[in-house]
Amino acid sequence: MTARNVTALGSAYWLVMLGGFLEPVLYLFSIGVGVGALIGDITLPGGEVVGYAAFVAPAMLASSAMSGALAETTFNFFGKMKFMRLYDGMLATPIRPIEIALGELTWAMIRGSLYSAAFLVIMVLMDLTTPLRALAAFPATVLTGFAFGAAGMATATLIRSWQDFDLIGSAQFALFLFSGTFVPATAYPEVVRWVVEASPLYRAVDLVRGITTGTVGWVQVLDVLYLLALMALCLTVAGRRMNKLLCK
Amino acid sequence: MSSLIHARGLVKRFGSFTAVDGIDVDVRPGEAFGFLGPNGAGKSSTMRMIGCVSPPTEGVLEILGMDPRRDGPAIRARLGVCPQLDNLDVELTVRENLTTYARFFGIPRAVARARAAELLDFVQLTERADSQVEPLSGGMKRRLTIARALVNEPDIVLLDEPTTGLDPQARHLVWERLFRLKQQGVTLVLTTHYMDEAEQLCDRLVVMDGGRIVAQDSPRALIERYSTREVVELRFTADDQGSYAEKLSGIAERFEVLPDRILLYVADGDDALAEVHRRELSPASALVRRSSLEDVFLHLTGRTLVD
Amino acid sequence: MTSVLEYHLVHYRRTWRSSVLSTLLLPLLTMVGFGLGVGGYVTAGIDGVSYLDWMVPGLIASTAVQTVIGEATWPVLSYFEWLKVYFAQAAAPLRPADILGGHLAFMMFRVLLSVTAFLVIAAAFGTLRSPWAVAVLPISVLVGLAVAAPVVAYSASIRSDSYLAILIRFAVLPMSLFSGVFFPIDSLHPVLRAVAWVLPLSHGVDLSRAATLGVNPGLDGLWQLLYLLVWCAGGWLLALSRFRRRLVV
Ligand SMILES: Nc1ncnc2c1ncn2[C@@H]1O[C@H](COP(=O)(O)OP(=O)(O)OP(=O)(O)O)[C@@H](O)[C@H]1O
Ligand SMILES: [Mg+2]
Repeated sequence: MTARNVTALGSAYWLVMLGGFLEPVLYLFSIGVGVGALIGDITLPGGEVVGYAAFVAPAMLASSAMSGALAETTFNFFGKMKFMRLYDGMLATPIRPIEIALGELTWAMIRGSLYSAAFLVIMVLMDLTTPLRALAAFPATVLTGFAFGAAGMATATLIRSWQDFDLIGSAQFALFLFSGTFVPATAYPEVVRWVVEASPLYRAVDLVRGITTGTVGWVQVLDVLYLLALMALCLTVAGRRMNKLLCK
Repeated sequence: MSSLIHARGLVKRFGSFTAVDGIDVDVRPGEAFGFLGPNGAGKSSTMRMIGCVSPPTEGVLEILGMDPRRDGPAIRARLGVCPQLDNLDVELTVRENLTTYARFFGIPRAVARARAAELLDFVQLTERADSQVEPLSGGMKRRLTIARALVNEPDIVLLDEPTTGLDPQARHLVWERLFRLKQQGVTLVLTTHYMDEAEQLCDRLVVMDGGRIVAQDSPRALIERYSTREVVELRFTADDQGSYAEKLSGIAERFEVLPDRILLYVADGDDALAEVHRRELSPASALVRRSSLEDVFLHLTGRTLVD
Repeated sequence: MTSVLEYHLVHYRRTWRSSVLSTLLLPLLTMVGFGLGVGGYVTAGIDGVSYLDWMVPGLIASTAVQTVIGEATWPVLSYFEWLKVYFAQAAAPLRPADILGGHLAFMMFRVLLSVTAFLVIAAAFGTLRSPWAVAVLPISVLVGLAVAAPVVAYSASIRSDSYLAILIRFAVLPMSLFSGVFFPIDSLHPVLRAVAWVLPLSHGVDLSRAATLGVNPGLDGLWQLLYLLVWCAGGWLLALSRFRRRLVV
């Protein structure tokens, strides 16, 4: 399965992939550096003070792990399932749907991990984190990718038509804006704040930010458990729904 | 000016490839004129030149007495075009496809609405008028494309393979509608690779192959000239039909040995078949039929038309 | 040309709902989430105005660009490659210029729609500081066309949607992020600043900012207007030659 996906790449696709990596970097420079110059330093919930770019960078990293995983799973997965009938062909061989799904997920993860690693290198070069912290943050981004990859697959099994991608895209953008990415969750009014705190992207941002800024505490353990639970839940849903959709 | 479409030495090249290689055509008012030929013969390329969306590379082309190179929009205003592949707007309703298209011809909105209703009735799509085009069957889409081609009450209707891909019932419905149009005096120009379609609809046709015209006349005259009255089709069980050819010599004016059968061109099929049996050749199956354009094409090019 | 515009409007009647999300809701979310959220931390404001007031006009120009990008990429590609809508139009007595012009006119209609809505909401938030803010409408149309025309030319030149993803990631997104919408481009590296000046959006941002803040853009403003017109004209010629190439073969 993974091998199939790699061989399907053309040269244009590599540019698209590079673009996927470029996106968070552009945001980092625009918002982190450009707007950061207007903001100066920012105080973390624990009281530590960091530069705005160092605050935004881990959020961009977590968001791009999310959007990469979602794009690869929802869009491709839905397309293949609905229109290319690729899975139908594969199902004729003795592979269970969930194995196919996991193959897909693995592919999405390899790609996403490459992006994350490259982004971490940039963070180190810009002195936004230390090499050791970057190394420690890498598995956290992989976990983020898996959690959202699973969420994406579960979503893909629920999509009715291409129009639903507008909804997914908008939801994704809202998450991107409001998940403590650009300002700390404490900046929001009390009610909004708790909604933000409960959102999966916020937990991922909190985890990665804790590691890259060196402010890890018990909350980050909670983040890890949250993401693991999300992944398990979504994989179960995806497996069930796929069986229903494909093995009629 | 007696012909609506007048072409002399018409050539269309794509790069170094010649798709239409110097054809002469005259289409007279009120007739149904056909281009018959296999895949890649250059039928669509010719139709697109006539439709004034593809400038001729060389040669003379006059449509309705005008020059497509100069008067494209003016000519297109009086043409109706049904392209080989439907290009309806599948997101609009059936009716909207007609009304919006009518507006491209500067037809006032009220007139467009009335005409759309008439045409939907004509192609029997009134019940689906307000449903989206996407879920319609292939035959319905084709009928809608034909209706769209009629929305400007054209002098000439160009139909590129109007019934390809349709089931027999849908084809007959389309034929019947086209026949009515012809009776109303509309000039039809169509392409096809179906013999029966050409025989049913065309007053005159040209047989095209490899960008050239290999024969031109009415279907009847072509059959008389290039074929015999009847044809006997024989199938032998042996892999090599050719090995029987010798044993059949003398029975027919002419044979065609195809991979799966042998065709005998004869004046009287039953007589010929009796002779075959007398020679104890015992084919697995035998069929006597009237000669058709298929046979004309086979004779002219040595190939079958639909593979 | 008007009949082509009419066709797109009929079409839009069926699809406007999903476009509301991307062309109106998302910019509004950005205004709230970014302008208010981040703005709260930009305590000094910029050039003597609050961050929100400063950012909103840029965001409106950027929304105009986003709106036309939505229509000048996928639809154009698919009208050539999959839906063949342009070919159907070319068989009617329309010229390539009518087909292109009608579609561009429709894009400008959509720009007017989303920018008007955005202006009303921005006014409700009290971020428009001058009646000159209505000038944002023609400015948005101008910057919209300056982007739409060359992008249509691009979309008419490609055969696969991978190239659209490339355009959006390598051109549209960088332009949106570095054209002075979120922070002044003066703080950019000189090379990047030059790039931002070459691209059309930064001029649209400057002009609409001058309008909503009620600042006289002076002679510079005139040059920026002219420069945007150059983009419109160049893009139109390019797009028209692409349309001719594709439609007349
Ligand atoms: N735009 C084009 N560019 C290059 N070659 C073309 C183009 N259009 C047609 N051709 C070539 O010209 C030849 C004739 O094509 P045309 O479509 O006219 O054939 P046709 O008789 O309509 O065939 P069919 O029955 O398959 O529709 C083909 O070999 C085709 O590949
Ligand atoms: Mg053809």
